[in-house]
Amino acid sequence: MIKKTLLYFVLLIGAVSFLYPFIWMISASLAPDKEIGSLVLLPSHITFDNYHQLIQKIPVWRALFNSLFVSGLVTLGVLIFGSMTGYALARLEFRGRNLLFYIIIFTMTIPFQITLIPQYIIMVKLHWTDTYLALVVPGLMNAFGIILFRQYFKSVPQDLIDAARLDGCGEFGIIFRVMWPNSVPALVTVGILTFMASWNDVLWPLIVIRDQSLMTMPQLVTLFVVGGRAESQLGVKLASAVLLALPIIIAYMFFQKYFINSASSSGLKG
Amino acid sequence: MIHFLIFMAFPVFFSIFLTFNKWDIISPMQFIGFKNFVRLFHDQFFFKSIFNTLLFLLINIPLQIVVALFFAELLNQKLKLMGFFRAAFFLPVIVSGVVVTIVWQQLYGFDSGLLNRILVSLGFDRIGWLVNPKIAMPSIAIMATWKNVGLYIILFLVGLQTVPKQLYEAADLEGANHWQKFSKITLPLINPTIFIVVILSTIGGFSLFIEPYIMTGGGPLNSTLSALLYIYKQGFFYGNMGYAATLGFFFAFIIVIVVILQKKYIEKEI
Repeated sequence: MIKKTLLYFVLLIGAVSFLYPFIWMISASLAPDKEIGSLVLLPSHITFDNYHQLIQKIPVWRALFNSLFVSGLVTLGVLIFGSMTGYALARLEFRGRNLLFYIIIFTMTIPFQITLIPQYIIMVKLHWTDTYLALVVPGLMNAFGIILFRQYFKSVPQDLIDAARLDGCGEFGIIFRVMWPNSVPALVTVGILTFMASWNDVLWPLIVIRDQSLMTMPQLVTLFVVGGRAESQLGVKLASAVLLALPIIIAYMFFQKYFINSASSSGLKG
Repeated sequence: MIHFLIFMAFPVFFSIFLTFNKWDIISPMQFIGFKNFVRLFHDQFFFKSIFNTLLFLLINIPLQIVVALFFAELLNQKLKLMGFFRAAFFLPVIVSGVVVTIVWQQLYGFDSGLLNRILVSLGFDRIGWLVNPKIAMPSIAIMATWKNVGLYIILFLVGLQTVPKQLYEAADLEGANHWQKFSKITLPLINPTIFIVVILSTIGGFSLFIEPYIMTGGGPLNSTLSALLYIYKQGFFYGNMGYAATLGFFFAFIIVIVVILQKKYIEKEI
Protein backbone atom coordinates (compact mmCIF):
# COMPACT_ATOMS: atom_id res chain seq x y z
CA MET A 1 0.00 0.00 0.00
CA ILE A 2 2.79 2.41 0.93
CA LYS A 3 4.58 1.34 -2.20
CA LYS A 4 1.52 2.14 -4.34
CA THR A 5 1.17 5.57 -2.75
CA LEU A 6 4.81 6.32 -3.35
CA LEU A 7 4.46 5.23 -6.95
CA TYR A 8 1.53 7.56 -7.56
CA PHE A 9 3.36 10.35 -5.77
CA VAL A 10 6.41 10.04 -8.04
CA LEU A 11 4.25 9.82 -11.16
CA LEU A 12 2.26 12.85 -10.06
CA ILE A 13 5.43 14.90 -9.55
CA GLY A 14 6.50 13.84 -13.03
CA ALA A 15 3.16 14.80 -14.55
CA VAL A 16 3.15 18.18 -12.80
CA SER A 17 6.64 18.98 -14.02
CA PHE A 18 5.50 18.29 -17.58
CA LEU A 19 2.26 20.25 -17.26
CA TYR A 20 3.25 23.19 -15.06
CA PRO A 21 5.14 25.23 -17.67
CA PHE A 22 2.14 25.13 -20.02
CA ILE A 23 -0.37 25.99 -17.32
CA TRP A 24 1.84 28.83 -16.16
CA MET A 25 2.19 30.06 -19.74
CA ILE A 26 -1.58 30.24 -20.21
CA SER A 27 -2.39 31.81 -16.87
CA ALA A 28 0.48 34.31 -17.06
CA SER A 29 -0.66 35.42 -20.51
CA LEU A 30 -4.05 36.22 -18.98
CA ALA A 31 -2.62 38.03 -15.96
CA PRO A 32 -2.14 41.80 -15.58
CA ASP A 33 1.41 42.87 -16.41
CA LYS A 34 2.50 43.44 -12.80
CA GLU A 35 1.65 39.93 -11.67
CA ILE A 36 3.45 37.95 -14.37
CA GLY A 37 6.78 38.04 -12.60
CA SER A 38 5.36 36.28 -9.58
CA LEU A 39 5.00 32.85 -11.24
CA VAL A 40 1.71 32.16 -9.45
CA LEU A 41 -0.89 30.16 -11.30
CA LEU A 42 -3.97 32.20 -10.43
CA PRO A 43 -3.94 35.87 -11.45
CA SER A 44 -6.01 38.26 -9.32
CA HIS A 45 -8.20 38.95 -12.33
CA ILE A 46 -8.24 37.76 -15.90
CA THR A 47 -7.45 40.25 -18.62
CA PHE A 48 -7.08 39.89 -22.37
CA ASP A 49 -4.90 42.97 -22.53
CA ASN A 50 -1.85 41.01 -23.73
CA TYR A 51 -3.86 39.48 -26.56
CA HIS A 52 -5.24 42.86 -27.64
CA GLN A 53 -1.73 44.28 -27.79
CA LEU A 54 -0.46 41.24 -29.65
CA ILE A 55 -3.13 41.49 -32.33
CA GLN A 56 -2.24 45.13 -32.89
CA LYS A 57 1.47 44.38 -33.24
CA ILE A 58 1.52 41.40 -35.55
CA PRO A 59 -0.96 39.80 -37.99
CA VAL A 60 -1.74 36.80 -35.83
CA TRP A 61 -4.97 35.75 -37.54
CA ARG A 62 -3.36 35.89 -40.93
CA ALA A 63 -0.46 33.74 -39.70
CA LEU A 64 -2.82 31.22 -38.13
CA PHE A 65 -4.71 31.04 -41.41
CA ASN A 66 -1.43 30.59 -43.33
CA SER A 67 -0.33 27.80 -41.05
CA LEU A 68 -3.67 26.04 -41.26
CA PHE A 69 -3.79 26.45 -45.04
CA VAL A 70 -0.23 25.24 -45.61
CA SER A 71 -0.37 22.34 -43.16
CA GLY A 72 -3.78 21.31 -44.48
CA LEU A 73 -2.64 21.25 -48.10
CA VAL A 74 0.59 19.46 -47.25
CA THR A 75 -1.27 16.82 -45.28
CA LEU A 76 -3.80 16.33 -48.06
CA GLY A 77 -0.99 16.06 -50.60
CA VAL A 78 0.94 13.50 -48.60
CA LEU A 79 -2.20 11.41 -48.11
CA ILE A 80 -3.16 11.48 -51.80
CA PHE A 81 0.24 11.23 -53.49
CA GLY A 82 1.69 9.02 -50.77
CA SER A 83 -1.11 6.51 -51.10
CA MET A 84 -0.91 6.61 -54.91
CA THR A 85 2.80 5.86 -54.88
CA GLY A 86 2.42 3.39 -52.06
CA TYR A 87 -0.25 1.58 -54.04
CA ALA A 88 1.89 1.45 -57.17
CA LEU A 89 4.78 0.04 -55.18
CA ALA A 90 2.67 -2.49 -53.33
CA ARG A 91 0.20 -3.77 -55.91
CA LEU A 92 1.27 -2.94 -59.45
CA GLU A 93 3.89 -4.71 -61.48
CA PHE A 94 6.16 -2.48 -63.51
CA ARG A 95 9.77 -2.25 -64.51
CA GLY A 96 12.10 -0.79 -61.93
CA ARG A 97 9.63 -1.07 -59.10
CA ASN A 98 12.14 -2.34 -56.59
CA LEU A 99 14.76 0.11 -57.73
CA LEU A 100 12.28 2.93 -57.17
CA PHE A 101 11.47 1.61 -53.73
CA TYR A 102 15.13 1.51 -52.74
CA ILE A 103 15.65 5.01 -54.06
CA ILE A 104 12.78 6.23 -51.89
CA ILE A 105 14.21 4.49 -48.83
CA PHE A 106 17.60 5.94 -49.64
CA THR A 107 16.25 9.51 -49.72
CA MET A 108 14.85 8.89 -46.26
CA THR A 109 18.25 8.06 -44.85
CA ILE A 110 19.90 11.19 -46.22
CA PRO A 111 20.22 13.77 -43.44
CA PHE A 112 18.23 16.87 -44.39
CA GLN A 113 21.21 19.09 -43.61
CA ILE A 114 22.54 18.13 -47.03
CA THR A 115 19.43 19.06 -48.96
CA LEU A 116 18.53 22.24 -47.13
CA ILE A 117 20.62 24.68 -49.15
CA PRO A 118 20.03 23.02 -52.55
CA GLN A 119 16.29 23.02 -51.92
CA TYR A 120 16.45 26.70 -51.11
CA ILE A 121 18.39 27.34 -54.31
CA ILE A 122 15.73 25.47 -56.28
CA MET A 123 13.06 27.67 -54.71
CA VAL A 124 15.02 30.77 -55.71
CA LYS A 125 15.50 29.51 -59.27
CA LEU A 126 11.80 28.77 -59.58
CA HIS A 127 11.00 32.22 -58.16
CA TRP A 128 8.93 30.54 -55.51
CA THR A 129 10.37 32.32 -52.49
CA ASP A 130 7.78 34.46 -50.76
CA THR A 131 4.91 32.44 -52.19
CA TYR A 132 2.76 29.68 -50.77
CA LEU A 133 4.30 27.37 -53.37
CA ALA A 134 7.60 27.31 -51.48
CA LEU A 135 5.82 26.29 -48.29
CA VAL A 136 3.50 23.71 -49.82
CA VAL A 137 5.09 21.99 -52.82
CA PRO A 138 8.29 20.56 -51.24
CA GLY A 139 6.14 18.97 -48.54
CA LEU A 140 3.61 17.30 -50.83
CA MET A 141 5.44 13.98 -50.84
CA ASN A 142 7.45 12.26 -48.22
CA ALA A 143 9.19 8.93 -48.12
CA PHE A 144 7.78 7.99 -44.73
CA GLY A 145 4.20 8.27 -45.98
CA ILE A 146 4.92 6.24 -49.10
CA ILE A 147 6.60 3.45 -47.16
CA LEU A 148 3.88 3.27 -44.53
CA PHE A 149 1.14 3.14 -47.19
CA ARG A 150 3.04 0.50 -49.13
CA GLN A 151 3.34 -1.66 -46.01
CA TYR A 152 -0.34 -1.25 -45.25
CA PHE A 153 -1.64 -1.78 -48.77
CA LYS A 154 0.24 -5.05 -49.02
CA SER A 155 -2.04 -6.55 -46.41
CA VAL A 156 -5.30 -5.65 -48.20
CA PRO A 157 -6.75 -8.86 -49.73
CA GLN A 158 -6.33 -9.21 -53.49
CA ASP A 159 -9.96 -10.40 -53.76
CA LEU A 160 -11.21 -6.95 -52.88
CA ILE A 161 -9.17 -5.40 -55.67
CA ASP A 162 -10.26 -8.02 -58.18
CA ALA A 163 -13.91 -7.54 -57.23
CA ALA A 164 -13.59 -3.79 -57.68
CA ARG A 165 -11.95 -4.29 -61.10
CA LEU A 166 -14.82 -6.54 -62.17
CA ASP A 167 -17.25 -3.80 -61.17
CA GLY A 168 -15.42 -1.49 -63.53
CA CYS A 169 -13.40 0.39 -60.98
CA GLY A 170 -10.31 2.19 -62.31
CA GLU A 171 -7.01 2.38 -60.46
CA PHE A 172 -8.02 5.67 -58.84
CA GLY A 173 -11.29 4.16 -57.72
CA ILE A 174 -9.43 1.24 -56.22
CA ILE A 175 -7.16 3.53 -54.24
CA PHE A 176 -9.77 5.88 -52.89
CA ARG A 177 -12.77 3.58 -52.59
CA VAL A 178 -11.17 0.25 -51.73
CA MET A 179 -7.75 0.96 -50.24
CA TRP A 180 -8.58 4.05 -48.19
CA PRO A 181 -11.58 2.60 -46.31
CA ASN A 182 -9.46 -0.43 -45.51
CA SER A 183 -6.47 1.44 -44.17
CA VAL A 184 -7.87 4.07 -41.84
CA PRO A 185 -5.11 3.57 -39.22
CA ALA A 186 -2.41 4.28 -41.81
CA LEU A 187 -4.27 7.37 -43.00
CA VAL A 188 -4.62 8.63 -39.45
CA THR A 189 -0.96 7.99 -38.61
CA VAL A 190 0.41 9.65 -41.72
CA GLY A 191 -2.11 12.47 -41.46
CA ILE A 192 -1.33 13.35 -37.85
CA LEU A 193 2.43 13.10 -38.20
CA THR A 194 2.48 15.15 -41.38
CA PHE A 195 0.19 17.82 -40.02
CA MET A 196 2.14 18.09 -36.77
CA ALA A 197 5.51 18.25 -38.48
CA SER A 198 4.27 20.83 -40.94
CA TRP A 199 2.54 22.95 -38.29
CA ASN A 200 5.59 22.98 -36.01
CA ASP A 201 8.22 23.46 -38.71
CA VAL A 202 9.92 26.81 -38.43
CA LEU A 203 13.30 26.48 -40.14
CA TRP A 204 11.96 26.14 -43.68
CA PRO A 205 9.52 29.09 -43.44
CA LEU A 206 12.30 31.20 -41.94
CA ILE A 207 14.38 30.46 -45.01
CA VAL A 208 11.88 30.93 -47.83
CA ILE A 209 9.45 33.53 -46.52
CA ARG A 210 10.32 37.16 -45.82
CA ASP A 211 6.93 38.72 -46.50
CA GLN A 212 5.12 39.11 -43.19
CA SER A 213 1.67 38.45 -44.65
CA LEU A 214 2.77 34.97 -45.79
CA MET A 215 4.50 33.92 -42.58
CA THR A 216 3.35 30.84 -40.73
CA MET A 217 2.46 31.09 -37.08
CA PRO A 218 5.62 29.57 -35.56
CA GLN A 219 7.74 31.74 -37.82
CA LEU A 220 5.88 34.91 -36.96
CA VAL A 221 6.05 34.18 -33.24
CA THR A 222 9.77 33.35 -33.46
CA LEU A 223 10.60 36.57 -35.27
CA PHE A 224 8.37 38.53 -32.92
CA VAL A 225 10.12 37.13 -29.86
CA VAL A 226 13.66 37.31 -31.23
CA GLY A 227 13.38 40.47 -33.26
CA GLY A 228 12.83 42.82 -30.36
CA ARG A 229 9.32 43.82 -31.41
CA ALA A 230 8.05 42.23 -28.22
CA GLU A 231 9.93 45.03 -26.39
CA SER A 232 10.46 42.75 -23.44
CA GLN A 233 6.75 42.61 -22.74
CA LEU A 234 6.64 39.15 -21.32
CA GLY A 235 2.85 38.94 -21.26
CA VAL A 236 2.54 39.63 -24.98
CA LYS A 237 5.27 37.11 -25.78
CA LEU A 238 3.47 34.46 -23.79
CA ALA A 239 0.17 35.33 -25.44
CA SER A 240 1.76 34.68 -28.85
CA ALA A 241 3.11 31.35 -27.58
CA VAL A 242 -0.35 30.38 -26.32
CA LEU A 243 -1.97 31.12 -29.67
CA LEU A 244 0.69 29.05 -31.39
CA ALA A 245 0.29 26.09 -29.05
CA LEU A 246 -3.47 26.11 -28.63
CA PRO A 247 -4.64 24.59 -31.94
CA ILE A 248 -2.37 21.57 -31.54
CA ILE A 249 -3.21 21.18 -27.84
CA ILE A 250 -6.94 21.25 -28.60
CA ALA A 251 -6.54 18.67 -31.35
CA TYR A 252 -4.43 16.62 -28.95
CA MET A 253 -7.16 16.69 -26.30
CA PHE A 254 -9.65 15.14 -28.71
CA PHE A 255 -7.38 12.69 -30.53
CA GLN A 256 -4.85 12.00 -27.80
CA LYS A 257 -4.75 8.26 -28.36
CA TYR A 258 -4.09 8.63 -32.07
CA PHE A 259 -1.33 11.16 -31.49
CA ILE A 260 0.49 8.86 -29.09
CA ASN A 261 0.04 5.76 -31.25
CA SER A 262 1.14 7.56 -34.40
CA ALA A 263 4.25 8.95 -32.82
CA SER A 264 5.28 5.66 -31.30
CA SER A 265 4.79 3.77 -34.56
CA SER A 266 6.87 6.38 -36.38
CA GLY A 267 9.64 5.95 -33.85
CA LEU A 268 9.71 2.20 -34.23
CA LYS A 269 9.77 2.36 -38.00
CA GLY A 270 12.18 5.26 -38.29
CA MET B 1 -6.09 2.74 -68.89
CA ILE B 2 -5.41 6.44 -69.30
CA HIS B 3 -6.04 6.93 -65.61
CA PHE B 4 -3.65 4.15 -64.97
CA LEU B 5 -0.94 5.82 -67.02
CA ILE B 6 -1.40 9.23 -65.46
CA PHE B 7 -1.50 7.78 -62.03
CA MET B 8 1.55 5.61 -62.56
CA ALA B 9 3.59 8.10 -64.46
CA PHE B 10 2.94 10.95 -62.06
CA PRO B 11 4.27 9.46 -58.83
CA VAL B 12 7.16 7.81 -60.59
CA PHE B 13 8.10 11.05 -62.26
CA PHE B 14 7.59 13.00 -59.07
CA SER B 15 9.72 10.66 -56.99
CA ILE B 16 12.51 10.77 -59.51
CA PHE B 17 12.19 14.53 -59.55
CA LEU B 18 12.52 14.60 -55.77
CA THR B 19 15.52 12.32 -55.77
CA PHE B 20 17.19 14.51 -58.31
CA ASN B 21 16.62 17.43 -56.01
CA LYS B 22 18.64 15.67 -53.41
CA TRP B 23 21.39 14.73 -55.82
CA ASP B 24 21.55 18.27 -57.00
CA ILE B 25 23.72 19.11 -54.03
CA ILE B 26 26.66 17.31 -55.38
CA SER B 27 27.01 19.21 -58.60
CA PRO B 28 27.47 22.64 -57.01
CA MET B 29 29.72 20.99 -54.45
CA GLN B 30 32.07 19.74 -57.10
CA PHE B 31 32.22 23.05 -58.88
CA ILE B 32 32.86 25.31 -55.93
CA GLY B 33 34.91 22.48 -54.63
CA PHE B 34 38.11 22.68 -52.80
CA LYS B 35 38.21 26.27 -51.62
CA ASN B 36 35.31 25.58 -49.33
CA PHE B 37 36.93 22.41 -48.05
CA VAL B 38 40.12 24.21 -47.15
CA ARG B 39 38.16 26.94 -45.47
CA LEU B 40 36.19 24.39 -43.50
CA PHE B 41 39.26 22.85 -41.96
CA HIS B 42 40.48 26.24 -40.83
CA ASP B 43 37.11 27.31 -39.50
CA GLN B 44 37.13 27.30 -35.71
CA PHE B 45 33.36 27.82 -35.60
CA PHE B 46 32.84 24.61 -37.57
CA PHE B 47 34.75 22.66 -34.94
CA LYS B 48 33.08 24.63 -32.17
CA SER B 49 29.63 23.73 -33.49
CA ILE B 50 30.57 20.05 -33.74
CA PHE B 51 31.89 20.17 -30.20
CA ASN B 52 28.70 21.87 -29.02
CA THR B 53 26.50 19.31 -30.74
CA LEU B 54 28.47 16.41 -29.29
CA LEU B 55 28.29 17.99 -25.83
CA PHE B 56 24.55 18.31 -26.31
CA LEU B 57 24.27 14.63 -27.25
CA LEU B 58 26.51 13.53 -24.39
CA ILE B 59 24.09 15.06 -21.91
CA ASN B 60 20.85 14.58 -23.78
CA ILE B 61 21.10 10.90 -24.69
CA PRO B 62 21.99 9.35 -21.31
CA LEU B 63 19.59 11.64 -19.46
CA GLN B 64 16.83 10.84 -21.90
CA ILE B 65 17.31 7.10 -21.61
CA VAL B 66 17.50 7.10 -17.80
CA VAL B 67 14.46 9.32 -17.32
CA ALA B 68 12.41 7.56 -20.00
CA LEU B 69 13.25 4.09 -18.66
CA PHE B 70 12.47 5.20 -15.12
CA PHE B 71 8.99 6.41 -15.98
CA ALA B 72 8.33 3.57 -18.43
CA GLU B 73 9.12 1.05 -15.67
CA LEU B 74 6.74 2.85 -13.31
CA LEU B 75 3.99 2.98 -15.92
CA ASN B 76 4.42 -0.64 -16.99
CA GLN B 77 1.69 -1.99 -14.70
CA LYS B 78 -2.02 -1.67 -14.09
CA LEU B 79 -2.57 1.87 -12.87
CA LYS B 80 -5.45 4.19 -12.28
CA LEU B 81 -5.07 7.44 -14.19
CA MET B 82 -2.79 5.68 -16.68
CA GLY B 83 -4.29 7.67 -19.55
CA PHE B 84 -3.75 10.92 -17.69
CA PHE B 85 -0.09 10.21 -16.97
CA ARG B 86 0.64 9.14 -20.52
CA ALA B 87 -1.09 12.21 -21.90
CA ALA B 88 0.76 14.53 -19.52
CA PHE B 89 4.20 13.09 -20.29
CA PHE B 90 3.49 13.22 -23.99
CA LEU B 91 2.18 16.78 -24.14
CA PRO B 92 5.56 18.55 -24.66
CA VAL B 93 6.29 16.25 -27.61
CA ILE B 94 3.44 17.61 -29.70
CA VAL B 95 3.84 21.27 -28.82
CA SER B 96 6.02 23.45 -31.04
CA GLY B 97 9.63 23.85 -29.98
CA VAL B 98 9.07 27.59 -30.30
CA VAL B 99 6.51 27.52 -27.49
CA VAL B 100 8.65 25.28 -25.28
CA THR B 101 11.65 27.53 -25.78
CA ILE B 102 9.76 30.72 -24.96
CA VAL B 103 8.44 29.24 -21.73
CA TRP B 104 11.76 27.69 -20.66
CA GLN B 105 13.52 30.95 -21.31
CA GLN B 106 11.45 32.32 -18.46
CA LEU B 107 12.09 29.30 -16.23
CA TYR B 108 15.83 29.75 -16.85
CA GLY B 109 15.73 33.50 -16.15
CA PHE B 110 18.64 34.64 -13.98
CA ASP B 111 16.89 37.03 -11.58
CA SER B 112 13.29 35.92 -11.50
CA GLY B 113 13.25 32.54 -13.26
CA LEU B 114 11.48 29.74 -11.44
CA LEU B 115 14.54 27.50 -11.22
CA ASN B 116 16.77 30.15 -9.67
CA ARG B 117 14.01 31.13 -7.25
CA ILE B 118 13.80 27.55 -6.06
CA LEU B 119 17.60 27.42 -5.71
CA VAL B 120 17.69 30.67 -3.74
CA SER B 121 14.89 29.60 -1.44
CA LEU B 122 16.81 26.38 -0.73
CA GLY B 123 19.86 28.45 0.14
CA PHE B 124 21.91 27.88 -3.02
CA ASP B 125 23.44 30.44 -5.36
CA ARG B 126 21.77 31.42 -8.61
CA ILE B 127 22.90 29.56 -11.71
CA GLY B 128 23.52 31.43 -14.96
CA TRP B 129 21.51 28.89 -16.95
CA LEU B 130 21.71 30.74 -20.22
CA VAL B 131 24.38 33.36 -19.53
CA ASN B 132 27.24 31.16 -18.40
CA PRO B 133 29.02 29.74 -21.48
CA LYS B 134 29.81 26.53 -19.64
CA ILE B 135 26.22 25.90 -18.61
CA ALA B 136 24.19 27.25 -21.54
CA MET B 137 24.45 24.15 -23.73
CA PRO B 138 23.70 21.73 -20.88
CA SER B 139 20.66 23.90 -20.06
CA ILE B 140 19.40 23.52 -23.61
CA ALA B 141 20.09 19.79 -23.48
CA ILE B 142 18.00 19.50 -20.31
CA MET B 143 15.15 21.40 -21.93
CA ALA B 144 15.32 19.19 -25.04
CA THR B 145 15.21 16.13 -22.81
CA TRP B 146 12.11 17.46 -21.09
CA LYS B 147 10.47 18.12 -24.44
CA ASN B 148 11.18 14.75 -26.06
CA VAL B 149 11.25 12.29 -23.21
CA GLY B 150 7.52 11.59 -23.48
CA LEU B 151 8.00 9.99 -26.87
CA TYR B 152 10.75 7.75 -25.52
CA ILE B 153 8.67 6.79 -22.49
CA ILE B 154 6.05 5.51 -24.92
CA LEU B 155 8.67 3.67 -27.02
CA PHE B 156 10.14 2.02 -23.92
CA LEU B 157 6.64 1.08 -22.73
CA VAL B 158 6.08 -0.72 -26.02
CA GLY B 159 9.49 -2.36 -25.66
CA LEU B 160 8.88 -3.44 -22.06
CA GLN B 161 5.62 -5.11 -23.00
CA THR B 162 7.48 -7.44 -25.34
CA VAL B 163 9.54 -8.87 -22.46
CA PRO B 164 7.98 -12.26 -21.54
CA LYS B 165 6.52 -12.32 -18.01
CA GLN B 166 7.79 -15.88 -17.45
CA LEU B 167 11.35 -14.62 -17.34
CA TYR B 168 10.59 -12.42 -14.34
CA GLU B 169 8.71 -15.24 -12.65
CA ALA B 170 11.66 -17.57 -13.15
CA ALA B 171 13.97 -14.91 -11.74
CA ASP B 172 11.68 -14.52 -8.73
CA LEU B 173 11.99 -18.25 -8.05
CA GLU B 174 15.75 -17.94 -8.15
CA GLY B 175 15.53 -15.12 -5.63
CA ALA B 176 16.71 -12.31 -7.87
CA ASN B 177 16.23 -8.76 -6.60
CA HIS B 178 14.83 -5.77 -8.47
CA TRP B 179 18.14 -4.53 -9.77
CA GLN B 180 19.26 -7.97 -10.94
CA LYS B 181 16.00 -8.48 -12.80
CA PHE B 182 16.34 -5.09 -14.41
CA SER B 183 19.97 -5.42 -15.45
CA LYS B 184 19.93 -9.09 -16.44
CA ILE B 185 16.51 -9.40 -18.09
CA THR B 186 15.01 -6.02 -18.95
CA LEU B 187 18.05 -4.18 -20.24
CA PRO B 188 19.32 -6.82 -22.67
CA LEU B 189 15.84 -7.45 -24.05
CA ILE B 190 15.00 -3.82 -24.70
CA ASN B 191 18.38 -3.11 -26.26
CA PRO B 192 16.78 -2.62 -29.70
CA THR B 193 14.58 0.14 -28.26
CA ILE B 194 17.59 1.76 -26.62
CA PHE B 195 19.31 1.70 -29.98
CA ILE B 196 16.34 3.43 -31.65
CA VAL B 197 16.27 6.06 -28.92
CA VAL B 198 19.99 6.73 -29.34
CA ILE B 199 19.67 7.07 -33.11
CA LEU B 200 16.59 9.29 -32.95
CA SER B 201 18.23 11.52 -30.33
CA THR B 202 21.40 11.77 -32.40
CA ILE B 203 19.52 12.85 -35.50
CA GLY B 204 17.50 15.23 -33.34
CA GLY B 205 20.66 16.67 -31.80
CA PHE B 206 22.14 17.47 -35.18
CA SER B 207 18.84 19.15 -36.08
CA LEU B 208 18.97 21.38 -33.02
CA PHE B 209 18.09 24.81 -34.29
CA ILE B 210 15.14 26.76 -32.97
CA GLU B 211 16.03 26.35 -29.30
CA PRO B 212 19.41 28.13 -29.44
CA TYR B 213 18.07 30.48 -32.15
CA ILE B 214 15.42 31.86 -29.81
CA MET B 215 17.11 31.43 -26.43
CA THR B 216 20.67 32.53 -26.97
CA GLY B 217 21.24 33.24 -30.67
CA GLY B 218 24.14 30.79 -30.41
CA GLY B 219 25.82 32.68 -27.58
CA PRO B 220 27.19 33.29 -25.01
CA LEU B 221 30.61 33.10 -26.69
CA ASN B 222 29.17 30.73 -29.33
CA SER B 223 28.73 28.09 -26.65
CA THR B 224 25.30 27.11 -28.02
CA LEU B 225 26.11 27.43 -31.71
CA SER B 226 24.62 24.19 -33.01
CA ALA B 227 25.45 22.56 -36.33
CA LEU B 228 22.23 23.57 -38.03
CA LEU B 229 22.28 27.05 -36.57
CA TYR B 230 25.74 27.52 -38.04
CA ILE B 231 24.59 26.40 -41.48
CA TYR B 232 21.69 28.83 -41.22
CA LYS B 233 23.94 31.67 -40.15
CA GLN B 234 26.48 31.07 -42.92
CA GLY B 235 23.85 30.69 -45.60
CA PHE B 236 21.22 33.24 -44.68
CA PHE B 237 23.01 35.66 -42.41
CA TYR B 238 26.32 36.02 -44.20
CA GLY B 239 25.03 34.87 -47.59
CA ASN B 240 27.69 32.20 -48.13
CA MET B 241 25.46 29.64 -49.84
CA GLY B 242 28.27 27.50 -51.20
CA TYR B 243 29.99 27.32 -47.87
CA ALA B 244 26.73 26.59 -46.07
CA ALA B 245 26.13 23.69 -48.47
CA THR B 246 29.63 22.40 -47.74
CA LEU B 247 28.90 22.58 -44.04
CA GLY B 248 25.67 20.69 -44.54
CA PHE B 249 27.47 18.00 -46.46
CA PHE B 250 30.07 17.56 -43.75
CA PHE B 251 27.57 17.58 -40.92
CA ALA B 252 25.58 14.90 -42.72
CA PHE B 253 28.80 12.93 -43.15
CA ILE B 254 29.49 13.24 -39.42
CA ILE B 255 25.94 12.13 -38.57
CA VAL B 256 26.40 9.00 -40.66
CA ILE B 257 29.73 8.23 -38.99
CA VAL B 258 28.36 8.81 -35.50
CA VAL B 259 25.36 6.58 -36.21
CA ILE B 260 27.59 3.80 -37.57
CA LEU B 261 29.82 4.02 -34.51
CA GLN B 262 26.80 3.90 -32.23
CA LYS B 263 25.49 0.84 -34.05
CA LYS B 264 28.79 -0.94 -33.65
CA TYR B 265 29.19 0.02 -30.02
CA ILE B 266 25.67 -0.81 -28.93
CA GLU B 267 25.67 -4.13 -30.73
CA LYS B 268 28.86 -5.06 -28.89
CA GLU B 269 27.15 -4.32 -25.62
CA ILE B 270 24.56 -7.06 -26.03
